[in-house]
Amino acid sequence: MARSTFVYVTYIRTTPEKLWSALTDDVEFMKQYWFGVYCESQWKVGSSWKMVHPDGSITDAGEIVEADPPKRLVIRWRHEKKPELKAEGDSLCTVEIERSGTAVKLSITHAIEGEPSQFITAVSGGWPKIISNLKSLLETGAAVLQDPYPGK
Amino acid sequence: MAELHDTDVLFKALADPTRRKLLDLLHAHDGRTLNDLCEHLDMTRQGVTQHLNLLEVANLVATVRRGREKLHFINPVPLQEIYERWIAKFEKPRLRALGDLKRRLERTNG
Repeated sequence: MARSTFVYVTYIRTTPEKLWSALTDDVEFMKQYWFGVYCESQWKVGSSWKMVHPDGSITDAGEIVEADPPKRLVIRWRHEKKPELKAEGDSLCTVEIERSGTAVKLSITHAIEGEPSQFITAVSGGWPKIISNLKSLLETGAAVLQDPYPGK
Repeated sequence: MAELHDTDVLFKALADPTRRKLLDLLHAHDGRTLNDLCEHLDMTRQGVTQHLNLLEVANLVATVRRGREKLHFINPVPLQEIYERWIAKFEKPRLRALGDLKRRLERTNG
């Protein structure tokens, strides 16, 4: 069966350690760029992972498949709320961090078996905004977007 | 390199019809090989390679190696940054009204 994959790359003027922390254990920082959402996990191989929304609801859950701070993180990621997305099963989200000159290259690859995938389409609307906000917050201290869907 | 994907490089990459077509092709179907992309363009393989390289430098295209194949993916993050920097902040409702007006007038003419 074909795979659906999305790849997101950005360069952030920060350190791999700060970026790793922003993507994992710094919950308050995460909420600032992820529109109030945060991810809860011990960030070790085998530990559970879940995405918690401002109202306390959990839409996505899974576990950590690989964790090599501050370089590589792989999450087995499953949507739990919308039946049609849940039916698609596990996706794999790979986060890679590497130094590139004075900046850090962040690559996020999100893949799922099956094509087309409603799940991948759904996350593809969110990741660019989250990553762009994360970059802005790390580089300037302020997030650009406060609302993920302005004008709606 | 961070210096290489500043706004100038990004807009330069977008300022070419072939490169915009490549982005459209990847948007329609992501993760394509060079051969696959060449089939849709009336251009030499070297020409397509050069355009893809420029898109990669501008960070609009990301490549992933899978076995012997090199797959090209559209990377929407810089476009999101253009959106935030050049569109979202400039009073979107009024721009939308103008856009609607333009579409309506042009439809009447055609």
